[in-house]
Amino acid sequence: MTIQTSFPRSGSPPPPPAGNKSLRLALYRLRQSPLSVIGLVMVVFILFAGVIGPELVPFPEDATGNTRMEARLTAPNETYVLGTDDVGRDVFSRTVIATRTSLVISLVVLAIAMLIGIPLGAISGFFGGWVDEVIMRITDIFLTVPALLLAMAMAAALGSGMVNAMVAIALVWWPGYARLTRGQVLSLREREFIEATRALGGGRWHTIFRHILPNTLSAVIVKASMDIGFAILVAAGLGYIGVGVQAPTPEWGVMISEGRGLLRQAWWASIVPGVAMFTTVLGFNLLGDGLRDILDPKTRR
Amino acid sequence: MADTLVEIRGLKLEFSGFDGVSRVLDGVDLTLKRGEILGIVGETGSGKTMTALSIAHLVPNGVLTGSVLFEGEEVLTKSGGALQRFRAQRLGMVFQDPTTNLNPVFSIGELLTDAVLVQKYGIPGWKLLPVGRWFNRRQRQQAREEAIALLDRVGIPDAAHRMNSYAHQLSGGQKQRVLIAIALAGNPDLLIADEPTTALDVAMQAQILRLIQELVRERNMSAIVITHDLGVVARICDRITVMYGGIVAESGTVRDIFENPKHPYTKGLLEAIPTDQVERGMLRGIHGAPPSFLKPPTGCRFHPRCPARMSHCHLHPPAVARIGPTHETACYLYTDERHA
Amino acid sequence: MVRFVLQRLALTLVVLIGLSMLTFFVARIIPADPILLAAGPRASEAQIQLLRERYGYDRPLVEQYVRYMGDLLRGDLGTSVVLKRDVGPDLARYFPATLELVLAALLIGVLLGVPLGLVAAVYRDRLPDQISRVFSLGMVSIPNFWLAIVLQLILAFTLTILPFTGRFDRLLHPPPTLTGMYTVDALLTLNFEAFGTALRYMIAPAFCLSLGALATIARTVRADLLDVLGTDYIRTARAVGIPTSVLILKYALKNASLNTLTQVGLFFGYTLTGSVLVENIFSWPGIGNYAVSAALTKDFVPLMGVTLLTGFAIVLVNIVTDFFYLVLDPRIKYTS
Repeated sequence: MTIQTSFPRSGSPPPPPAGNKSLRLALYRLRQSPLSVIGLVMVVFILFAGVIGPELVPFPEDATGNTRMEARLTAPNETYVLGTDDVGRDVFSRTVIATRTSLVISLVVLAIAMLIGIPLGAISGFFGGWVDEVIMRITDIFLTVPALLLAMAMAAALGSGMVNAMVAIALVWWPGYARLTRGQVLSLREREFIEATRALGGGRWHTIFRHILPNTLSAVIVKASMDIGFAILVAAGLGYIGVGVQAPTPEWGVMISEGRGLLRQAWWASIVPGVAMFTTVLGFNLLGDGLRDILDPKTRR
Repeated sequence: MADTLVEIRGLKLEFSGFDGVSRVLDGVDLTLKRGEILGIVGETGSGKTMTALSIAHLVPNGVLTGSVLFEGEEVLTKSGGALQRFRAQRLGMVFQDPTTNLNPVFSIGELLTDAVLVQKYGIPGWKLLPVGRWFNRRQRQQAREEAIALLDRVGIPDAAHRMNSYAHQLSGGQKQRVLIAIALAGNPDLLIADEPTTALDVAMQAQILRLIQELVRERNMSAIVITHDLGVVARICDRITVMYGGIVAESGTVRDIFENPKHPYTKGLLEAIPTDQVERGMLRGIHGAPPSFLKPPTGCRFHPRCPARMSHCHLHPPAVARIGPTHETACYLYTDERHA
Repeated sequence: MVRFVLQRLALTLVVLIGLSMLTFFVARIIPADPILLAAGPRASEAQIQLLRERYGYDRPLVEQYVRYMGDLLRGDLGTSVVLKRDVGPDLARYFPATLELVLAALLIGVLLGVPLGLVAAVYRDRLPDQISRVFSLGMVSIPNFWLAIVLQLILAFTLTILPFTGRFDRLLHPPPTLTGMYTVDALLTLNFEAFGTALRYMIAPAFCLSLGALATIARTVRADLLDVLGTDYIRTARAVGIPTSVLILKYALKNASLNTLTQVGLFFGYTLTGSVLVENIFSWPGIGNYAVSAALTKDFVPLMGVTLLTGFAIVLVNIVTDFFYLVLDPRIKYTS
């Protein structure tokens, strides 16, 4: 790319970003990265499928343990566009309905993870000292354990099911947000406007919640947009093993697991939900990758 | 003709970005003779570094137009292997901060030996790589001996032993000496030194300058020294080019510039040098900030800050006025012309 | 330097102790009662009580933890209430298979990821870079357990060029156990036929597993390389005529690979996690497969054993990379 937004060594400092201008700058950068536009389109499409898709599918009743034995293992045809599974449920309908399941799971997981991680990270970075030390060692411990294993253990311990799976994943997901927020806070803490706030008598908590946290927002958004995809993968993994979402609830991991035994007779039963999941995760990753460039040009390399 | 080494004509450099197009160089003309040491002087952002980088065709990401002739050969059309060989054999460059310019994870002996092999023996790159170097052991040993001699010449004590040192084990002055050795490993025709002493302490500055001057004379090289420090220029240069806002404001011999400055900007620069005669409180500077490249002033780029501004200065850029046989300046004070 | 080492070791110890507490409390505090599960639905109160006492579940939590720690230090990871077997020997039996798979995947990841990152950095923001970017994002977006199924469908069912599941031909004897890694053992005993067989079984799972690390390595190498290529010393080397190939493959790559090296622990952990599902699908007899069956029977002791072992392995890899870094980077040796 031959574009440089500011010329190094030039005498005049870059103008401070004004609201309108930074929006225009964001759009300008968006145009520079067609991949993030593709990601955005994919994400919009997926959200659309997740929100109103379940109301539009041809066989909404297949979201349950509904059976239609006369149509079992039907190859894709006009009625069942992506075929049916071993009890005759429409794979297309279930895949679309599962989009909502996965989106809900990953959004709840991220919400819990952020609620735990961001305040802890902010406290850690802002107060420093032994508080920081303790919190960081705790995140170290959690980060040492592979998320899927701990989630498996927790899901197994709490009992299988969608809610427990969400809690389990969130409990191993928060350290990432604590680390990220801490790093942001550490770099912000030394900046002039924070010092100015403190000099003006702003209390510590006031400073954290009103000034520091809003400034960590863009980094959190970038991480979250990529994490949505990864949380979907972990949740589907749990569903696949059988300790997450339970059949007959339509969920991609569960569907792949069910379809696996049917590979010879009905490849579509496991391939279709996999493709849907891949597309979803890829969409969020493309968007997140692009957002990082747009919101955080410093890390652009 | 034979005594001209570098001839730059109408050099323009533009960067385009979100904010629009920045014209960093706006028609620079410059001539360097063989055996001459030329100083390019100007503020930060005057374009002096970009002018020098363009001689090595090393300008990052911008649109560069005009012509840079090196011994009559166009540099700006060179690319690939030809450009690399040109840089290796004809040029040597030394930059400002010796700490960031020396690779920290290779020993200086390794770096210098590579430089000798590439610049002097012109060996292909793959012979420097982990497997390829095995095919080149004897030549590498020979190059290593020459590298030690070079280190010794630039004033590194106990050179043979120092070959195994890493950058962080050397002082700033020593690092700059090593970088000079690397630049000169292939006996180039031209040494370009960009603020070679700015990052060093005062005592070291004088030594490094003397070293550069000695080496240039003893090897019949030419040199371009870029600096914002007129003291440096007065000490080692033959001629001076003063740049302002991407153009050449004035050029002449050291004597021309110091004893008979013409351009108001040059005069301002000279007045800003602290001397024994001027008390600190009386030190004068140039008011205002350097011009923006995005929206440069119309006409003469210096006119908003110029103490001798006339009513027509903002209309068109001034043409070059010849003051003497070696002395030129771009200012309306010395031309009859009013409208270009 | 000694201080640095001691500091690292102390930190590691803290993390390991924390890890043991975490696994312990997850296993003991959480509502589901493994004793009830182990005893079965028709067990009497007395039988349950007996089991409780036998496994020490009737003592106060702190006492249980101290005993657990004592057992751990003696290498006793507890007894599975479902399998009625000690966990330690089981892990010792299954771990080499997992390690073999993970190392093979990392090898693939490095061999393909480094060149991919290199190409992306050299052609920054041009077509090869964009392709590498999409490719990398695509690979971290593929659910590896699903890819495993797809590969089985294509390679084992349709083309029948690779075996379907397992680790070695059931009709043949695997090479004698030296390291427990079949490929390594086969090479050590110069049994190339067994090596070939083991390799055929390993290719598909290792490839599935490598994608995540491959993509991450490629992105890391690209970013680190671009950082280094933007430095003053690379510009200087370019200015004095060092050829571009040398700039990239020698002057920049060493620095960039040092940065990438610090992240190997991360890739290792990432791959180890991924192995859980991949092992399950390819019936690879490793600790991941062991963990899945334990999770399905709510058998915590093996699950905790696997978690501890993985955590320990990751910590160990981190320490080893730290020391490698220490040895390879001349700057650290002298400054601290």
